[in-house]
Amino acid sequence: MASIEIKNIVKQYGDGFPAVNDVSLDIADGEFMILVGPSGCGKSTLLRMIVGLEDITSGDMIIGGKKVNDLAPRDRNLSMVFQNYALYPHMTVFENIAFPLRLAKMPDDEVRRRVTEASDVLELKDHLERKPANLSGGQRQRVAMGRAIVRQAEAFLFDEPLSNLDAKLRGQMRTEISRLQRRLGITTVYVTHDQTEAMTLGDRVCVLRKGKIQQVASPRELYEQPVNLFVAGFIGSPPMNFLPATPKGDRLETPFGEIVLDQKRAAAVAGHDLLLVGIRPEYFEDASLVDEAKRPLGSVFTARVDVTEWLGDSQFAYIPYEAPESIQTHLRELSRELDAEELRTQAIVSIDSTSRIREGREAQFWLDSRKVHVFDPETGDNLTRDAEAGAELTRMATQDRVEQIEEVRAASVGAA
Amino acid sequence: MRFLFRPPAHEAAELLSLPWDQPLEEWDEQLLLEVPQRGISRHVVRFVASGRHVYALKEIAERLARHEYALLSHFEEEGLPTVSVLGICVDRPGQQEAILVTRYLEYSMSYRWLFSSPRAEHSAELLLDTMVELLVRLHLAGVFWGDCSLSNTLFRPDAGALAAYLVDAETVERHPTLSAGQRRYDVDLARERVGAELLDLQFGGLLPEGIDPITTAEGLPPRYEALWEEVTAEQVFGADEQQWRITERLQRLNDLGFDVGEVELITSPEGARLRVETRVAEPGQHRRELLRLTGLEVQERQARRLLNDIVAYRAWLEQKTGKPVPEPVAAHRWLAEVYQTVMAAIPPELAGRLAPAEIFHEVLVHRWLLSEKAGRDVGTEEAARSYVANVLPRTPPEVTTPSVIAGRATGR
Repeated sequence: MASIEIKNIVKQYGDGFPAVNDVSLDIADGEFMILVGPSGCGKSTLLRMIVGLEDITSGDMIIGGKKVNDLAPRDRNLSMVFQNYALYPHMTVFENIAFPLRLAKMPDDEVRRRVTEASDVLELKDHLERKPANLSGGQRQRVAMGRAIVRQAEAFLFDEPLSNLDAKLRGQMRTEISRLQRRLGITTVYVTHDQTEAMTLGDRVCVLRKGKIQQVASPRELYEQPVNLFVAGFIGSPPMNFLPATPKGDRLETPFGEIVLDQKRAAAVAGHDLLLVGIRPEYFEDASLVDEAKRPLGSVFTARVDVTEWLGDSQFAYIPYEAPESIQTHLRELSRELDAEELRTQAIVSIDSTSRIREGREAQFWLDSRKVHVFDPETGDNLTRDAEAGAELTRMATQDRVEQIEEVRAASVGAA
Repeated sequence: MRFLFRPPAHEAAELLSLPWDQPLEEWDEQLLLEVPQRGISRHVVRFVASGRHVYALKEIAERLARHEYALLSHFEEEGLPTVSVLGICVDRPGQQEAILVTRYLEYSMSYRWLFSSPRAEHSAELLLDTMVELLVRLHLAGVFWGDCSLSNTLFRPDAGALAAYLVDAETVERHPTLSAGQRRYDVDLARERVGAELLDLQFGGLLPEGIDPITTAEGLPPRYEALWEEVTAEQVFGADEQQWRITERLQRLNDLGFDVGEVELITSPEGARLRVETRVAEPGQHRRELLRLTGLEVQERQARRLLNDIVAYRAWLEQKTGKPVPEPVAAHRWLAEVYQTVMAAIPPELAGRLAPAEIFHEVLVHRWLLSEKAGRDVGTEEAARSYVANVLPRTPPEVTTPSVIAGRATGR
């Protein structure tokens, strides 16, 4: 197992277009790193440069302390998981996992040791002597993982592995991959365009846009302290709401009334004209259901509800708002860049599932102003980001990971 | 539901009445054709016969189906050795996956049956050479396969050799050119898959003794590198040897089964540098020539073989009549008097096991063997009789091409 250091990597194609543009990223030994972004952001190209499928225009790729720029894919000892799903019908599950080792002419006892170990982790032990014909969908995928495990590669690489599975199997596999990565403590790089996969799997997530890194952070830091409009809009589902806002002293004037900012944030937005305020759906609530203790921490406004969606455990209300043309243009551009459906000038707010707010009527909402962020629509910068609070979130995630890996390694030493 | 297909449209029209709204797995067996020899697939694949044609239907996610449809269409236009795609059916009710329809490659075999034929003894070698040639051809065209395996390839006997075709383009990526890393990785994947597939046959008791899966698979990368080098290498030589060096190189490429598109020669006082641009399309010079003379559509090596026989027949005619016989006349008489006679000797129950031109090639081989044993030329007719009685029945009935099976069922 190894760390992966990406240093000032550039990938330029024949036409001069930089698909990856000066990317530097350190992936720690045992870390689960996600590369995420809309199509064309360079995430797959970056993964391919790690694997050795794409030549590197400039910069250094260092795996386990060794520069690999000029090494053939095979000599980098990485494992592309799920590259081979095929199950061979005449071979037992054991042999279906073992064959890469057989082809490498590994001695029998070592093959047996590795396959047994892998099958323990994958809970395939009881199936080893069977033929693969009767395995379930999930078990088949685990056999494919087993092939990657027995190679004892430096790192696992995944290139959108779940994009062709149905929703049920996708959820199941996400859990399997996460569990497996934790149990093995193996360095993992995972490419996806799906922010849900990114948020649920990664220790850290690297958000890319047009070949450049936007932010590398734990899922929680990305969610709570996004560096810019792009990251804020990409992470979270339903997405963050962006409303036009004009600063006035320690307040922001918005279509949903005035929002009071604390001193620090008020200072950060002072001197700007038209801004965007970003409010996540869950920062809203039906005003009639807010605790008296909480109520003063936010503001209350009245709005007409267009549509409500009741989902049993939660409920969403859609509230249209007015926005000046310049803001609408920015929002249109953003949604195009995010590969998202066009952002309409309506807020999606999450309210308690017991709320009696109804479609087509006026209702009172409460808005938690503590967590809103304010963005400069021209540069996209988050003016109110608290870098220290963000870093603390990522530090906590890193600590969790290190502890987990230590536990795994201690356990495997104990077992040996 | 929505159908996208490539002309000729009448073929697709014949298929429209099939129950596309139902899962492929639940289609009535009456509609389907049992094809005994096929590779391993992770999707539901079924075969149907319509008119005189047989089609393979594969259920697969729409995104992949559209990707594969587009790629296979391009490949076919460029003359790359791939199966021919007819179309796709998307927007099926109940969120069902799309169906990709390809034309069945007649007289093709999956690797599982190559080893069961009476010619199995050299099959591992042949197989490797064929796979490697296919990979080199695809790589020259900027095609990264990503899943090169025996299961994803179909083989057609071609006058004692094999021709290989890509049948599954799900994982394929098209690039302007491939990097060395992409090529090596593709070859590594191929080595691993071929090894696993041969091991699987061995576990199933289906691999002839004497073929070692691991050694065979290990042979793939060096063969690939050697062929890639021969096809793409730049040569440097002295000005005085220029002429024969070029001829030698082009001849060598033709022998390897490649056509040359363009030759670039850069001369300088130190010598000449030769670079050849190899055509990615399958070579077709002999095929076109035979089609012009006889109307027969066969594969390249078969065509060369048949053309040689026409030349021999023409010489024999000229000798017999004592005057020149024009080529078209000779070809016409050869078709009626030699080729058709051999075809007529095949009883209906043995029809379709091998392509007619391949049978003709095998009869010529058989004739040579019999003649050598007898110490005289036994003639094509006698050779054909003996071949049909003793050799052809050893080709397993399972490899009978599906259109012939379908024709039998409908009495055609």
